[in-house]
Amino acid sequence: MTGNLPFLAVGIIFFMGMYAILFERNLIKIAIGITLLEASANLFLIVLGYRTGGSIPVFTLAGEVRSMVLPTPQALTLTAIVIGLATSALLLSLIMLLYRHYGTLDVREIRRLRG
Amino acid sequence: MNPLSVVVRTICDVFAWFMGIYGIYIIIHGHLTPGGGFQGGAVVATMAAFLLVSHGGKKLLSFAKPGFYSGIETAGLLIFITTGFLGLSATFFYNFLAGRGGLFGAVVPIGPNSGILNSAGTISVMNMAVGLEVIGGLSLILIYMFKGIRLFDDQTGGSETGHDR
Amino acid sequence: MKKKVLFLIAILVVAGVFWGALSRVHPFGEKARAPMDDYYLENAQQERSVNNVVTAIVFDYRGFDTLGEAAVLFTAVCSVLALFRKGSEGK
Repeated sequence: MTGNLPFLAVGIIFFMGMYAILFERNLIKIAIGITLLEASANLFLIVLGYRTGGSIPVFTLAGEVRSMVLPTPQALTLTAIVIGLATSALLLSLIMLLYRHYGTLDVREIRRLRG
Repeated sequence: MNPLSVVVRTICDVFAWFMGIYGIYIIIHGHLTPGGGFQGGAVVATMAAFLLVSHGGKKLLSFAKPGFYSGIETAGLLIFITTGFLGLSATFFYNFLAGRGGLFGAVVPIGPNSGILNSAGTISVMNMAVGLEVIGGLSLILIYMFKGIRLFDDQTGGSETGHDR
Repeated sequence: MKKKVLFLIAILVVAGVFWGALSRVHPFGEKARAPMDDYYLENAQQERSVNNVVTAIVFDYRGFDTLGEAAVLFTAVCSVLALFRKGSEGK
């Protein structure tokens, strides 16, 4: 069972992010939770494409290569990381504007001040 | 806010230029070593972050206006799309330069080798284009979020207190 | 308090679903059957004359993905600029 430890790490990070989204009341902590969810999805993709003893899929000065890690999950994870960076920049900008408008970061306070 | 100490400013000055050169290395060697346009562009944008932290926004904007970064970003995206369209005689995004000789078309040996810099055809061109786009975009995001933080202190938004003298 | 109990129950249910799904996935590190990736690894150097296979996939075999990704980055930068433009705090 210890061989499947990376899958367990994916599950733990996923639930940490879900807990932060559901129970925290600070908007910054909710943003951290969303980033944790993205990190768990990326880690899951990378873990699925691993082969034991495989090297990185780059041929420059590779030496004696027996097997290589699958390249397609790595390419798609690269895409996902850049999109996650763009969305988190937009998310933090919106949080900054909310703080300027309401003067607080508490979700309950913002809901109470509606209107 | 108190201005940052002279130690922080000196270290940030030194490592900002190191980060710029290292990021450009990652972009140019994107088809030989791990890395590429996105990663190298993010590393170059770290240079803007260092200068912003140590000297404040006025020093960075005295180098180049925001329009300069916006132009870099748009030029990168346009070069990328144009390179995609140029291969349209076969398919969209066809690699029409690979293996033809010339500046980008050296033929690489099969199997593990020591790498040839002027190979890989349009992949190298697209690496540089995407690197330009990421440099401009991330620098713009950093500059404008820094301006947004400064707007809290005084609603006029122009002057920065302390932090750069 | 009630919400936390509900969250615990939800954790157990979702963990059970995960466990059931992962029991059908190949174990960590075992050679998976992936003909597409093997094709890329064998033929990327010959067809596209590039050493880094990940770059070959990102910029050549799947260029459409990268085009959409660049468009998303451009749109995000435009949105941040529109949020922080001069006079945006003036209601």
